[in-house]
Amino acid sequence: MSDIPVSTPINPMLGDNMQQATLDDRNNIPNAGHGGHTVIEEATQDKVKATEKNKTVGKPLCDNPKIEVRDVSVFYGEKQAVFGVDLDIAKNEVIAMIGPSGCGKSTFLRCLNRMNDTVDTCRVEGSITLEGQDIYAPKLDVVPLRAKVGMVFQKPNPFPKSIYENVIYGPKIHGLASRRSEMDEIVETSLRKAGLWEEVKDRLHQPGTGLSGGQQQRLCIARTIAVSPEVILMDEPCSALDPIATAKIEELIAELSQNYTIAIVTHSMQQAARVSNRTAYFHLGKLIEVNDTQLVFTNPDHELTEAYITGRFG
Amino acid sequence: MNNSDSMSVAERVEKNLAKRYRAEKRFRIFGMISVSIGIIALIGLFTQIISNGAGAFFQTYVKLDITFDADELGISDPTDPDQLMIGNYDGIVRDALRERFPSVTKRREKRDLYSLVSIGASYRLQSDLRQNPQLLGTTQTLWVLADDDVDVYFKSREDEPFIGRLNDLQVEWIESLAKSNELKTKFNTIFFTSGDSAEPEQAGILGALLGSLLTLLVTLLLSFPIGVAAAIYLEEYAKSNKFTDFIEVNINNLAAVPSVIFGLLGLAIFLNFFNMPRSIPLVGGFVLTLMTLPTIIISSRAAIKAVPPSIRQAALGMGASKMQMILHHVLPLALPGMLTGAIIGMAQALGETAPLLMIGMVAFIVELPGSVADPATVLPVQIFLWADSPERAFTERTSAAIMVLLAFLITMNTFAIWLRKKLERRW
Ligand SMILES: Nc1ncnc2c1ncn2[C@@H]1O[C@H](COP(=O)(O)OP(=O)(O)OP(=O)(O)O)[C@@H](O)[C@H]1O
Ligand SMILES: [Mg+2]
Repeated sequence: MSDIPVSTPINPMLGDNMQQATLDDRNNIPNAGHGGHTVIEEATQDKVKATEKNKTVGKPLCDNPKIEVRDVSVFYGEKQAVFGVDLDIAKNEVIAMIGPSGCGKSTFLRCLNRMNDTVDTCRVEGSITLEGQDIYAPKLDVVPLRAKVGMVFQKPNPFPKSIYENVIYGPKIHGLASRRSEMDEIVETSLRKAGLWEEVKDRLHQPGTGLSGGQQQRLCIARTIAVSPEVILMDEPCSALDPIATAKIEELIAELSQNYTIAIVTHSMQQAARVSNRTAYFHLGKLIEVNDTQLVFTNPDHELTEAYITGRFG
Repeated sequence: MNNSDSMSVAERVEKNLAKRYRAEKRFRIFGMISVSIGIIALIGLFTQIISNGAGAFFQTYVKLDITFDADELGISDPTDPDQLMIGNYDGIVRDALRERFPSVTKRREKRDLYSLVSIGASYRLQSDLRQNPQLLGTTQTLWVLADDDVDVYFKSREDEPFIGRLNDLQVEWIESLAKSNELKTKFNTIFFTSGDSAEPEQAGILGALLGSLLTLLVTLLLSFPIGVAAAIYLEEYAKSNKFTDFIEVNINNLAAVPSVIFGLLGLAIFLNFFNMPRSIPLVGGFVLTLMTLPTIIISSRAAIKAVPPSIRQAALGMGASKMQMILHHVLPLALPGMLTGAIIGMAQALGETAPLLMIGMVAFIVELPGSVADPATVLPVQIFLWADSPERAFTERTSAAIMVLLAFLITMNTFAIWLRKKLERRW
């Protein structure tokens, strides 16, 4: 009961106060290191009110996380897009991120492999560790990081090269394969894992951009898994695809989750429900709630989450 | 409301549609008119140039019975190069002319007679004798190069003969030669195989062509890599701040600076400060590089900007370093656009005269340039020089040189476009 801080009621919509509130509340966040989940199960009786709740509800943290995000805030110039997020991502889990448009899901996801570095105005505060290693350490090289944390983008973006070259590009630049036979093998296994092999095995040397949208997206996934990453980040990977292609990708995600840790941003709540173990709900740059997917979609802890999943906004 | 109410929506759309069709038709017609004007102007230009210059591709020759007389030539051993060099070839040509027109005895008339044949004829006889020493002592019927006045007269004889500096006696001789088929025109190989000359019948375009080629080579080899490297740096690496803004503004300004200014700059820097020789393609190339760099930088930057960000993201997301991203993905996609800029820059450079005049590439140069450090002139300067010459025969050579320049330009552009198409595998 007493876990719910009854601090000064602050409207989370008011950006200025929000960070203040987040900082205050940090101490209240149950720390995985100290005795696991002291979670807010009791709160399920009554929904947490938007006005009285300024920290993430549910189970944002877990034991032995693969990725540990602590108090991460992201700024684009003066504008703050993500506010003090704490989140753990466990090994081999699929975590879905949902929330209204512009709430900072992509921004947050892109922090996880430092793709935000490519945006000049973007500044990230807080700490993110991958297996205990700070990925924002000044000395860290983003090249091996991105080999470990791969990314699939919203719009399929195969290179304007052949299918074969698309898949082998990563292994090549990371020096994972040099002999032809090795390369052939990597290409085949990656395409097989991405469920594309049968469709393209006869046209490996034809342009990757000549494939259908869904095939292109699976090619991008094949390209990502060709370097055997540990984590795959997917930013709305199905938003440009038809239902059948989407179903294929979802199947693929389910398969991949046996070997990879996957963080997926999606606008489709059905998709989140189908593919993920846990679901994180973002609202105006704040991580509002993280819970087991089933719980989020049946009985969310937070008023805002409920409003979103019942379609009252977003 | 009023009558618009009485019409159904479909009717109103229908009515409007006719208006839209008419507007569309008008728009198309305007476009066709402008294209037609362009085509007509182009056709006019080409017919003008071709009709003026076609004559230059043919050259008149005179048939003479030439005796390689050892005494007259002053050559006893035709295999001795020294003797060959100083042989009196003019003498045997004159003998042959006097033999053809025995009635000519007065000194002044003789001089007029001798001037019917180009002094180039002697060089021709010298090389004949060098190649074939047995000719010494024999009499040969040869077609020797006619003087330019004869050439112009003979070629214009059919419709309205251009007499120019010829006197009545000379015209009479020419008519006599022409009647007995002792004059004929042959394809003018000299025009394509020699450098400039004060004598139009011996003047050729090859020197200027080679000069242009060498100058453009220097320009391309310098300006393309430098321009592309600068564009990549500015587009990919440079932080956007006051300083880069300043550079950007200046590059745009430089693209608009009159080219003669670059010539002055070249004169001050390369000739006066670095003491480089005048009139050489190397310096010409440097100056034209300064001139074309802004064009290439601007178009290369545009080409780099046009590479879809999604491709960059994909590359970076795969863990490519910035350099790998640029070399593997950005450059291949931007290269066609960069080439377009280079084509425009090179075409500009090819037609440029003013800056080259400043560094002395306007000199009268007979020798063919063999390297970028040999004095040379370039096509547009050659055209300028010939256009400025009083001889009628140079007028047609001017037009012919323009044709060569255009052919050069078209060849160069065709090659570049072919190259671009080849690289432009946008899949
Ligand atoms: N490059 C950028 N420069 C400035 N502001 C940005 C930039 N990218 C995103 N933002 C801002 O950051 C906020 C979060 O954007 P983000 O793209 O993360 O939203 P999102 O949750 O992914 O939305 P969507 O569901 O529409 O993709 C938005 O207000 C957006 O305007
Ligand atoms: Mg997004």
